[in-house]
Amino acid sequence: MKTKFGIKEVVAIGIGTALFVVLTNVQVPFGIIPNTALQSRVAILTFFAAVFGPVVGGAIGLIGHALGDALFYGGVWWSWVFPDALFGIVVGLFASKYAIREGGFSNGKTIVFFNVVQVIGNALAWIGLAPLLDILIYAEPAAKVFTQGVLAFIGNIIVAGVLGTLLAAAYSKVGAKSSSLTKED
Amino acid sequence: MSRLLTYAPKDTWIHRLSGVTKLLFFLLWSVVGMLTYDTRVLLVMLLCSLVLYKTSKTEWKQVGTIFKFILLFLALNLFTIFAISPYQGTEVYGTRTDLLHLFWHYTLTKEQLFYEFNIMLKYFTVIPVVLIFIVTTNPSEFAASLNRIGISYRAGYAVAIALRYVPDVQHDFTKIKHAQEARGIEMSSKANLLTRLKNMSTIIFPLIFSSMDRIDVVSNAMELRGFGKNKKRTWYSGKPLQRNDYLSIVFVIVFCVSALVVTFYDGSRFYNPF
Repeated sequence: MKTKFGIKEVVAIGIGTALFVVLTNVQVPFGIIPNTALQSRVAILTFFAAVFGPVVGGAIGLIGHALGDALFYGGVWWSWVFPDALFGIVVGLFASKYAIREGGFSNGKTIVFFNVVQVIGNALAWIGLAPLLDILIYAEPAAKVFTQGVLAFIGNIIVAGVLGTLLAAAYSKVGAKSSSLTKED
Repeated sequence: MSRLLTYAPKDTWIHRLSGVTKLLFFLLWSVVGMLTYDTRVLLVMLLCSLVLYKTSKTEWKQVGTIFKFILLFLALNLFTIFAISPYQGTEVYGTRTDLLHLFWHYTLTKEQLFYEFNIMLKYFTVIPVVLIFIVTTNPSEFAASLNRIGISYRAGYAVAIALRYVPDVQHDFTKIKHAQEARGIEMSSKANLLTRLKNMSTIIFPLIFSSMDRIDVVSNAMELRGFGKNKKRTWYSGKPLQRNDYLSIVFVIVFCVSALVVTFYDGSRFYNPF
């Protein structure tokens, strides 16, 4: 699958973003550190990026996070918007490898590969980019932003790893059934 | 969802501005609000924000709950900064004036108080502008004006679909949540972390799968109507930029440039009274 930008991608960005926004406040907070939690919206981002590719993933991360922040918190924390976009792009880059819509996301190898990509993406986004932008843009204390970054990293790999993997596997099973007629070698 | 901010049609000059003007204003304003730590600039921006808030005739009941929510986050954030880096202010301003020794290695310094006061100001300069942007901008008009300034209409349409489907998805979400609660699944904080994560999935799974169906339905409908066939499309709710739009854009650009010049004039983005 090439990264084309057709009608389906436009709609996927729209609806994915709406889902991401709605699930913004469906989260289980860690408690101690503000603005970090097990966020269910991460599962949406991971899933849509894995199914529809990097453009859709990046756009949902960018628009969804900015819009969700603005709608729920009345302010956009830009240094955390871009990491979400980055994460969507990284996961989406290997969308054709997971072959979720083609029903290929069932063997252990794909699932392990997906999770390796997911962990790398999260590390780049939350331990790399987010604290860096926090310091550059907001001049926040380094100790604080790295603590938040690491917590976000842990929270997100749990959500993406558990919910993301389960979602992808379940959807792959459903998708395989409907597309099995057209599949021919 | 009562907590979600929504567009409310009213007749003020801010409502009549094009969505693009407001987006540009909001983006530039928040960029400057992010970059500057200059107390003087922040105070002027705060004043402007409050004046704009007043002229937009936004009512407290439209934004009150959100505002309280933000205050809570702000308080938490300020507290965490102090808990983790109690001497950040001292580092930034280069001096140290002790006010009060609290306990262990925590001492309250004047510099830290001033530093955190600036962070608070930053929040307050940007919040009113964001609130105004959301409650005064019509989503479809906004998508149309995105296209007008040269952004591909596919991207504009993606944003329009997002805004259009937030209430629908919200509705689905509530329905599914109630159904699962009726089956006895605990969603409140009474359950422990793992159980809650598992319960979360009982909402997300049906929600995503029904959304994937929705994507198919909507994209088929759009395909049938020939979406994406031509390079251009017309908009029902688009409107051209008018005199007030140009005035606002010029104002915000001039303001932001001068704010940045004032901020970085002495080579540091902090205003140092010490």
